[in-house]
Amino acid sequence: MSAPLTASAAAAAIAPGARPATGFWRRALRHRSFVLGAGLSLLVLGAALLSLVWTPWSAYDIDVASKLHPPSAAHWLGTDVLGRDIVSLLLVGARSTIMVGVIAVGIGLTFGVCLGLIAAARKGWIEELIMRLSDFTFAFPAVLSAIMLAAVAGPGMLTSTTAIGIFQIPTFVRVTRGSANAIWAREFVLAARAAGKGSFRITIEHVLPNILSILIVQATIQFALAILAEAALSYLGLGTQPPQPSWGRMLNDAQTLLFQSPMLAVYPGAAIAIAVLGLNLLGDGLRDLLDPRLARER
Amino acid sequence: MSGAPLIEVKDLGVRLNTSRGPAQAVRGVSFALRRGETLGLVGESGCGKSVTALALMGLLPESAVISGSIRLDDTELVELPDKAYCKLRGNRISMIFQEPMTALNPMHTIGHQVAEPLLRHTGVSAAEARQEAIALLDRVGLPDAAKRIDAYPHQFSGGQRQRITIAMALACQPDVLIADEPTTALDVTIQGQILDLIAGLVEERGMAMILISHDLGVIAENVARMMVMYGGTVVESGETNAVFTRMGHPYTQGLFRARPRLGARKGTRLKTIAGTVPELADLPAGCSFADRCAIVEQRCRVALPAVVDVGASHGVRCIRTDVSMAAGDVGA
Repeated sequence: MSAPLTASAAAAAIAPGARPATGFWRRALRHRSFVLGAGLSLLVLGAALLSLVWTPWSAYDIDVASKLHPPSAAHWLGTDVLGRDIVSLLLVGARSTIMVGVIAVGIGLTFGVCLGLIAAARKGWIEELIMRLSDFTFAFPAVLSAIMLAAVAGPGMLTSTTAIGIFQIPTFVRVTRGSANAIWAREFVLAARAAGKGSFRITIEHVLPNILSILIVQATIQFALAILAEAALSYLGLGTQPPQPSWGRMLNDAQTLLFQSPMLAVYPGAAIAIAVLGLNLLGDGLRDLLDPRLARER
Repeated sequence: MSGAPLIEVKDLGVRLNTSRGPAQAVRGVSFALRRGETLGLVGESGCGKSVTALALMGLLPESAVISGSIRLDDTELVELPDKAYCKLRGNRISMIFQEPMTALNPMHTIGHQVAEPLLRHTGVSAAEARQEAIALLDRVGLPDAAKRIDAYPHQFSGGQRQRITIAMALACQPDVLIADEPTTALDVTIQGQILDLIAGLVEERGMAMILISHDLGVIAENVARMMVMYGGTVVESGETNAVFTRMGHPYTQGLFRARPRLGARKGTRLKTIAGTVPELADLPAGCSFADRCAIVEQRCRVALPAVVDVGASHGVRCIRTDVSMAAGDVGA
């Protein structure tokens, strides 16, 4: 914090019952990067929801006669090589983007955090086993594990998402275990043990809340990475299958037309950038807002 | 005081596995405490005070090897399974830590943290636990306890936080209280208040207290009996008065000489004990203080000296008490 605490701010900070939970939204609305991040994320979410009920054109209808139209009143951002409306494709594509992000990060977060917490709490050979397994998983590039999984289960959005999710587990294991170990070494954990708490309760009540902000930030980063990975896999033809639109596939299709109509690549690229940026800012903001120690500073 | 001892430690030994090999951190520590009795553990850093405390709490790392016996009433605590130990910790035997700044979880309100042991060990409802937490915080002298119970640790000063950790430790009315340097991290003015508070609570609740400190003044004023530790062994033990009047061990005498004094002439250097504490991983065969002792002899280095009684329940682990105590009058 650059500005010194004003007397009234200091008084407010130590005022009785000054819980950060109360006034969370008041503080949230004053947090610039949180507001911006939430706005951009809601934009993507809104686009996905809107596409469920309405799109300007159908994202699946091919109209080769009107292919590669420039932006016009009928097609706000023009049409692609098959004559599909770009706006409609972007809206529907947001759905798969969000699905991929949520499922992949869900898989990574659930398994990764559990394993990381167990490793930190149990130590010894259990920790060793978990960490070596995660090293093992890490050794395979995401694309390779996606190709392997696609070979077994057939290419598709679910397959690629699962592969991305599995690939994210070791990242979460490492981040969780590293930060959990740091918390385990703190004196309040010793105090909690002196108060008779077992390692499970200490993990839930002391370790997890203290590493939550790190996990949230990591999750938003991983969400962004998942979107990029899905785009990459779709680009390789391993992700979302046609005719299901996805931002990654749109980029893929635009590649061959880069000199004829470069804007075809810019739109999905910008959409991905907005989603990633929004999530990163949102995670940053959440980290600040959820920490009671930082509560008074905003 | 009479009756059977509440907690009895016999020939306690702790071997820690360090990166430098096994280290005998504690050797042959024995004592017994009845209700309302107080014991001080004094010594410099790395002499085994805190390890002894953690051994009593059963909080040493799993790799530590504990020998001897620790009995709380009729329960043997050495080798007690962790589940059973969890039921004792915070309930019958409690601990106050050195650093109030870090002994509280920054993510939970203080009310939550004080009420937690109550919810855990006694069958009270959340509302009752909250009421009890307010009463406890009131008792330890936290101003406006009822209003501030939902505040977070960072909103309190160091002294206030130490009061909160004391409230936490006392929540379940423990029988034994271990205070590990409870005032080291605090201002001198706050120190006195906190020690008075602890003394008052010990008397009021009839607890047995083990006070750990490197500060002879704190020990002199707050405990009835004291043990001086060095290199993992008790080098001198006895009634606090007796030890301070007739110090038997060269180390105790050195500690006493090393204390800063008011009124000393300007430019007077503080006395120190030459040398450093031996590494626990390679303790000398004989007396662990031998390398720093002014009156060391060849036979001191042969074997760990036995405890010599120099007064009523006043023991000194030194074979040269004839010389050290003849020199006497170290206080002067």
